[in-house]
Amino acid sequence: MAVEGLERIVREHPFFAGLDESFLELVVGCARNVRFEAGKYLFREGGPADQLYLVREGRVALEIAAPGAGAITFQTVAEGDIVGVSWLFPPYRWQYDAHALERVRAIAMDATCLRNKCDADPGLGYDVMKRLVPILYQRLQATRLQVLDVYGKPAA
Amino acid sequence: MLQVASPDPMVPQVMRIVTRRKDAPDVFTLRLEPEGDDLPAFAPGQFNMLTAFGVGESAISVSGDPAKGDGIVHTIRTVGAVSRALAGLRKGDTLGLRGPFGVGWPMEALEGKDVVLLAGGIGLAPLRPVIYRLLAERDRFGEVAILYGTRSPGDILYLRELESWRRRLDIDLLVTVDHAADDWHGHVGVVTTLLPRVAFDPENTVALLCGPEIMMRFGVQALGNAGVPDEAIYVSMERNMKCAIGLCGHCQFSPVFICKDGPVFRYDRIRYHLALKEL
Repeated sequence: MAVEGLERIVREHPFFAGLDESFLELVVGCARNVRFEAGKYLFREGGPADQLYLVREGRVALEIAAPGAGAITFQTVAEGDIVGVSWLFPPYRWQYDAHALERVRAIAMDATCLRNKCDADPGLGYDVMKRLVPILYQRLQATRLQVLDVYGKPAA
Repeated sequence: MLQVASPDPMVPQVMRIVTRRKDAPDVFTLRLEPEGDDLPAFAPGQFNMLTAFGVGESAISVSGDPAKGDGIVHTIRTVGAVSRALAGLRKGDTLGLRGPFGVGWPMEALEGKDVVLLAGGIGLAPLRPVIYRLLAERDRFGEVAILYGTRSPGDILYLRELESWRRRLDIDLLVTVDHAADDWHGHVGVVTTLLPRVAFDPENTVALLCGPEIMMRFGVQALGNAGVPDEAIYVSMERNMKCAIGLCGHCQFSPVFICKDGPVFRYDRIRYHLALKEL
């Protein structure tokens, strides 16, 4: 795909909404279009966390395999969401499986490329962090609710 | 507000169980008809005190269609002695009913507005009468979004109805569960994550929330973040209702009684008290 088309797609994804044009040019250099058919895995637990996925279409189940219970889905994400944050910090290994529930189209950002550009330009790094932290915080809050098991039986 | 059917609100009517259906492992729905008396009229969001004879009373929201007139429907979760006793009753058995009581959902305030229903767990039951009315008079409302979160796929209430409602093209209905095995292909995550996936104009929306109090607090926050003002958010509260007519004080919630002034409250009117841990 032409870089111009990719630039438009990255700009239109909610994760990079309103990104400064000079930063946009930098991040587009790390981006490529990817597609996963239903049933395929974007990544598996323990594998190298080398991508940030910006989902454009389709739904992805984030799963953890438990002995005797098979794969347990703890979250689904969809169009407009991102998949994968383990690329941010060492040892850069995925902490869970990401499984396409239907055909998924996404932008894959090369993590090493993105990290290097963020390191080289702290302005870009800070901007990317400001976009990532609210998502991480929302997911932490959601996890708290799940752990609290609010729909479980109240204490007698 | 509707009046209670019995001249003495402390005297239960005898009701017979016409149908009993299991909705989830610990949830069941009873359809009741009066023994001789008139069927008490109710508004969406009101509750009745149900008596398991010889055991006690429990406050249970009405979950049926107020316009149908073929009995009173209650969906009950077994959590204590009374609900366990009610769970043991079968078709043809009798129980006691006082009510309906309380202030229900503000149906008039929904007219012409986009409507967002946020239900969690058994909290879908008190909202079901609203859903029946919204669907029956669909052209009186703007966008309608029903967002329902529960623990797991096996805990989803009213599965067949949800499936039929979801087929309608004039509403958004999304269901999510907290966790699921890999044979579930629906949403997984807390119910608030569904909000960005439905269409509504936050400045012209009324939101109704019912579920565990923690879920409602998070729900109010998410609606606020989406631009829905506190005055357009209604929550259904739950406390230990006993007399149901505001005399005994068991369900006092700071300056109000849940049984008499609620259970449905406009959020901005109880916002401060909801944040108090002691209440």
